[in-house]
Amino acid sequence: MNASDNHVHGHGDTHGHGTRRDYLIGFALSAVLTAAPFWLVMTGALGDPRLTAGWIIALAFIQIVVHTIFFLHVNTQAEGGWTLLALLFTLVMVAIVISGSLWIMYHLNSNMMSMPMPPEAAAASS
Amino acid sequence: MARETLEAAPAVNPTYYLVEEDEHHAASGGGTLLGFWIYLMSDALIFATLFATYGVVSGNFAGGPSPREIFELPLVALNTAMLLFSSITFGMGMIDMESGRTRATLGWLAVTALFGFAFISIELYEFASLIAEGATPQRSAFLSGFFTLVGTHGLHVTFGLIWIAVMMVQIGQRGLIPENRRRLICLGMFWHLLDVVWIGVFTFVYLLGVLR
Repeated sequence: MNASDNHVHGHGDTHGHGTRRDYLIGFALSAVLTAAPFWLVMTGALGDPRLTAGWIIALAFIQIVVHTIFFLHVNTQAEGGWTLLALLFTLVMVAIVISGSLWIMYHLNSNMMSMPMPPEAAAASS
Repeated sequence: MARETLEAAPAVNPTYYLVEEDEHHAASGGGTLLGFWIYLMSDALIFATLFATYGVVSGNFAGGPSPREIFELPLVALNTAMLLFSSITFGMGMIDMESGRTRATLGWLAVTALFGFAFISIELYEFASLIAEGATPQRSAFLSGFFTLVGTHGLHVTFGLIWIAVMMVQIGQRGLIPENRRRLICLGMFWHLLDVVWIGVFTFVYLLGVLR
């Protein structure tokens, strides 16, 4: 049992954990994808902050995909596709948690703000 | 009866049995890695809640400093570079591990730990100067969210550093045995995921914070 387990780990470990080429491509891509947003913000090259924000968010998402493929080696084959499935499920959860929180709290905020009270409501409450 | 089965078995079963065995083993060998991956996904959810919290309170300054006033982008860029370098050096270590080069693996692990240590040092320096300026976690909801999110990430990196040190001792004692290889692969996934989380931190906390 133990001996065969050892054999298995030794065998399984040599597969699907990236080549030197993978790491170097991933590193080159992420170096560019990291430098670009810092450059955009620090020089204000695009002028418009909204446009800059859009670009750096897009670059962040691209870089996350690059890291996932080249450093974390997630693909359709690894672990019979279960790592990819778990990752996709987690991404859905992350999206729901973050966008849901921001959405709810934004509306809560704007409804709790001190608004000028309409006269009839003011009369009704008094 | 039993003897007949034994004699009949080798003719039909061996290939089938071996294939079955191999698949079973591949699955059990990957069991640890898949399990660790599930842990990492749950860790990603922890960070998602912290990002959500930070996103909700990031505009609540309570009269205190705003991101633009306290964040120093050159320092953050340096920190980001440290973490990115540590990711590629860990990758080089993994390649040497797969070729069975123990000393080279240990060397790359040491370099990775050095970059990770530089990252933590710079982060602690940043935290210390923020607190010295009066931008403490108690100052505003924005700063509470900031210290919680970035501090939790820093804590993860710190534990990653401890894990690297433990792995270096284990590899030094036993070499690149299958158990140590499996542990190194888990450590690699952990370390690379921290770099992925940091992409979110430097983009959404620092860069967007300075932009707004």
